[in-house]
Amino acid sequence: MKKNLSQKGENKASVPQKKNSGNREIVVLTYLMTILLLSLAVYFGYYLTVRSSLVINSTYNKRSELLENKILRGSIYSSDGEVLARTVSDEMGTSKREYPFGSLFVHVLGRYTHGKTGLELSENFNMLRSNINPVVKIANELQGKKNPGDNIFTTLDTRLQKAAAEALGSYRGAVVAMEPDTGKILAMVSKPDYDPDGLDAETWDLLTADEQGEARLLNRATQGVYPPGSTFKILTALEYMREHKNYKKYQYDCTGNDVFGEVKIKCYGDSSHGLVDLKTSFLKSCNTSFANIGMTLDKGKFRELCDSFLFNTELLLPFSCSQSSFVLDKASKEEELPQTAIGQGKTGITPMHNAMITAAIANGGILMKPYFVDRRENAYGETISKTVPSEYATLMTKKEALQLTDYMKAVVESGTASSLKGTDYQAAGKTGSAEFDSSGKTHAWFVGFAPADNPEIAVSVILEEAGSGGTYAVPAAKKVLDEYFKNN
Amino acid sequence: MLNLLVEISKYILIINILLYTLYGFLIFGYKNKKKQNRGFLKQRAFIITIHFIGYFILFLQQKDFMLIFLYLGEVILFIVTIISYQFVYRNLSRLILNHMLMLLMISFVMLARLSVSLAFKQFCFAASALIISLVIPFFIEHFHQLENLGWLYCFLGIGLLVFVAVFGDEKYGAKNWISVGNFFSIQPSEFVKILYAFGAAALLSRAERFKDIIKISIFAAVPVLVLVLSKDLGSALIYFVMYICMLYIATGKFAYFGLSLGMGCIASCVAYRLFSHVRVRVLAWRDPFAYIDNQGYQIAQSLFAIGTGGWFGMGLSGGLPGSIPVRESDFIFSVIAEELGGFFAVCLIFIYISAFIMFINISLKMKKSFYKLTAFGLSVQFFAQIFLNIGGVIKFIPSTGVTLPLLSYGGSSVVSTIILFNIIQGMYVLDQIGVDAVEEKSKPKGRK
Ligand SMILES: [Zn+2]
Repeated sequence: MKKNLSQKGENKASVPQKKNSGNREIVVLTYLMTILLLSLAVYFGYYLTVRSSLVINSTYNKRSELLENKILRGSIYSSDGEVLARTVSDEMGTSKREYPFGSLFVHVLGRYTHGKTGLELSENFNMLRSNINPVVKIANELQGKKNPGDNIFTTLDTRLQKAAAEALGSYRGAVVAMEPDTGKILAMVSKPDYDPDGLDAETWDLLTADEQGEARLLNRATQGVYPPGSTFKILTALEYMREHKNYKKYQYDCTGNDVFGEVKIKCYGDSSHGLVDLKTSFLKSCNTSFANIGMTLDKGKFRELCDSFLFNTELLLPFSCSQSSFVLDKASKEEELPQTAIGQGKTGITPMHNAMITAAIANGGILMKPYFVDRRENAYGETISKTVPSEYATLMTKKEALQLTDYMKAVVESGTASSLKGTDYQAAGKTGSAEFDSSGKTHAWFVGFAPADNPEIAVSVILEEAGSGGTYAVPAAKKVLDEYFKNN
Repeated sequence: MLNLLVEISKYILIINILLYTLYGFLIFGYKNKKKQNRGFLKQRAFIITIHFIGYFILFLQQKDFMLIFLYLGEVILFIVTIISYQFVYRNLSRLILNHMLMLLMISFVMLARLSVSLAFKQFCFAASALIISLVIPFFIEHFHQLENLGWLYCFLGIGLLVFVAVFGDEKYGAKNWISVGNFFSIQPSEFVKILYAFGAAALLSRAERFKDIIKISIFAAVPVLVLVLSKDLGSALIYFVMYICMLYIATGKFAYFGLSLGMGCIASCVAYRLFSHVRVRVLAWRDPFAYIDNQGYQIAQSLFAIGTGGWFGMGLSGGLPGSIPVRESDFIFSVIAEELGGFFAVCLIFIYISAFIMFINISLKMKKSFYKLTAFGLSVQFFAQIFLNIGGVIKFIPSTGVTLPLLSYGGSSVVSTIILFNIIQGMYVLDQIGVDAVEEKSKPKGRK
């Protein structure tokens, strides 16, 4: 066609003319326009081959049922090679989703029926794509056979998941375990749970009616917003360090209770901690000292710190997460400071978010983007795509991270998390006993990582209404860490 | 069994359109008349095959007897068109005719898949346009005043657009519709486009001095402004591009082209700052998924459809076009890509390219400046419409809300495009007779 065009141009040029024929210009513009039209085809091809697999995997795309007529939904595997979810079809061609581990993984895998959630939702289209040999694929289609969908290999470890579920015992609550240097989620448990296998209408009605107020359908790890309690002192301490260069000189005399403005603050269990510096205040989790610290803080800057730590924003995770909230700002009243500084008051955090903050400290201040899917394989076991760990944000400097690590080590060595003391893996962490109403009952919190000097795993544990963090959450975290380091 | 047929048909349709498209380009190289003839006949065979398979699958799925009548009506329309056009348009370009029928046929099949009543209406529009077009060659041959009426086209066009901008109705965010009675509405800007090409060609072909160029350019800018104000950005862009290309051809001065293009860019930046509806389009284009609940919804749904369909498509009736807004008109390309597949859709782009190149060839051959400019202007218009529509639905460029020539549903769109095809076709015929010969013959006071 190019030849054709230029030929015409030449012919014209040879004919004597009165004025400019315009043909040369036409040819120039035609090349330009043809290139633009060709670029449409090129971009279209690029979109289909490169971009579309990411795009169509959206919860807004309503086409999964159409694809399931043609493709046998892929399976989900744990990192240790166990099948977590699979679709089996009988001779009649009706297929059914099975979950060999029953309720153990339900909150992270999500469910397939009654409105997809979790990985079943976020990986929906990836399991409905068949990356097998295209010739075999077409042959299967022509024979009316379903093509096998791609399989999902998660970062979840069945041993750790079991240990986490056992650690929670009969308490409601959540455990999140992640690798600080990659962002891999190793375990995520939320209790109470339900069995997604063969979820019938009757069971579903009971679950949604929720007469006991258990909220079994709620993934507490990502959707439960709890007062952070003393685990929040990590951020208060960090803000104090940023505002006061000579923070190591800080001193306060704890008598077990104190009044700040109009607000009365007392230490947990009515203990008085005597003369404390910042480190001792942290490892003893001294409320009055931290309220005292809070009074010195700049509210605007404190807010900036928490915003940069991903409070009040949506976490970039593959499935639905509640936002953690930190409402203090420049305009807030002084009297809100003492409560906020010790993690009470209006602050709320999800166990997942707390795990991410802890992992960032363990990773020298850099938060890695949490992920659940390690790789996708086709039915032949060939890797289609693999997740490359990526940075989410830099939350603090390396120096700040090391200082906080030092404090968190002391919490285990000589503070509130002493039941972790003496292990081979040398953990670091922070406990919390978060009051959630006026009854005096507390949620037991623990966030930490191990080994303290070369962290491999970070955990975030909450047991609802259990009591103090040191007594309940630390032993639970220990079970998970013990399991993790058992074979290593 | 039905699923199996749909699956098989998917591949047969793709093979047919692939071969059809291939001939659309091979024919350019054929010198031998016989070989050319065979090529055109093969193309028609592919059209007939795709048409039949399409309706066969649709009938098996919908079991609607209206489909059979529609199918037969369309077959008759195609046969009558091919025969009558060979008489009326002596030695017409069969490539252009084939492309026109192919695109219309795909539009019929896809609309019948979406809604039989839409397909029926489209059929009526197309049939009337094809009949009206029978007088076009007569017009071009016998009305020699066509090129003297520049200012008439200009004021008629501007008048119509202003009338619509004031009294028109708003549809899909643009105020460019006029209701006639209760159930009939037309989009005058689709027709004014053709008038605009004629006006610009008539005026520019006479322009001698710089002063004339300035005067014409000012009048050419008026319709563009009116369209921007009535929020019909797509049409405004088409008019603008058409004018600056024609200006370049008429004057041969690249500086004018560059200058007006630069001014166009500045104007778009100003429009971006001034009008929120322009910003919204750009926003939705840059990240449709961030605004998926409102501005980005259309484009996101379009991308889902295309992406889920993949290269081979979901099969006719196998997709979920119901989720795509304006599926029968602005987003028909996504519906086709979803069900008939990416390969099919790419072939459509190449069929458009083939038609476009043939249009350009015709304008290159025209000797008279007015005809050359008109043919070229209409080709640019055809190009711009394709580029804006397909570019918009695949997120290559921001979506501007223009229809896809011959494929989109819509009376104004399909009628004006058929007329556009046939004006170019008429000029091709004229060229073969020889413009000068015609002029000589018809001069009443010529020596005889
Ligand atoms: Zn104390």
